[in-house]
Amino acid sequence: MASKIKIKTRLSDDVAEVKSLMLHPMETGARKDPDTGELVPRHHITQLIFTNNGDAVMVANFSTAVSKNPYINFSFRGAKAGDTLKVSWVDTRGGSDELETVLS
Amino acid sequence: MQATRRILLKAGAALALLTVLPRALLAAAWPQKAFLSTDGRQALTALLGTDQTIPSNQITLKLPEIAENGAVVPVTIRTTLENVESISVVVENNPRPLVVNFELMSRALPEVSTRIKMADTTRVLAVVKTDTGIYSTSKHVKVTLGGCA
Repeated sequence: MASKIKIKTRLSDDVAEVKSLMLHPMETGARKDPDTGELVPRHHITQLIFTNNGDAVMVANFSTAVSKNPYINFSFRGAKAGDTLKVSWVDTRGGSDELETVLS
Repeated sequence: MQATRRILLKAGAALALLTVLPRALLAAAWPQKAFLSTDGRQALTALLGTDQTIPSNQITLKLPEIAENGAVVPVTIRTTLENVESISVVVENNPRPLVVNFELMSRALPEVSTRIKMADTTRVLAVVKTDTGIYSTSKHVKVTLGGCA
């Protein structure tokens, strides 16, 4: 299945800025389904890892209270054009997604 | 002689484990206890080992003063503190106050942005862990329409 992650990167000197958007409902477990009145089970991303050429640069741990379709913006040093940047996440149900892009 | 050999074997095993660990640790380290805690102080203790933080004016916590939609509140945390290891956000009145924790490796710059849910008007705490201590700053945010957090 094609990745549903969107990444934009910008390289200035050796600093790469990363803007990433994940597609995920981020269910808190406290919301009721408007049709059935039943609680929708907790279902959210727990961990995201950003790696640059295989080297982890940032790990984000999420609770239920990160907004739906999570957005993360951060930067790291020591990057150069042609480097790979990979983002991957896992959620509470064992779901996952990943996307690799090349810095330019 | 035998003792030395055992020590060497142990050291070898430990070394082998160390080379394997980082990747495994990353995948398994979601701090569940901290994130499921319903108390902000307990969550911080579970995450960082203490709920005592040093107030710092070297941390900037950027949040709207009035959040019209509590389901999507943009937040940016940046700091001029050095050797930052992690940045966390605690929303005091949320059902589960610890919202997010960013583990910054040495090449990451100490500035992150994301969007969070806020259930109610409350104090938001940015907690920065460096190699010298745990620092924080806070901001009061008024929420017009609470986001199910």
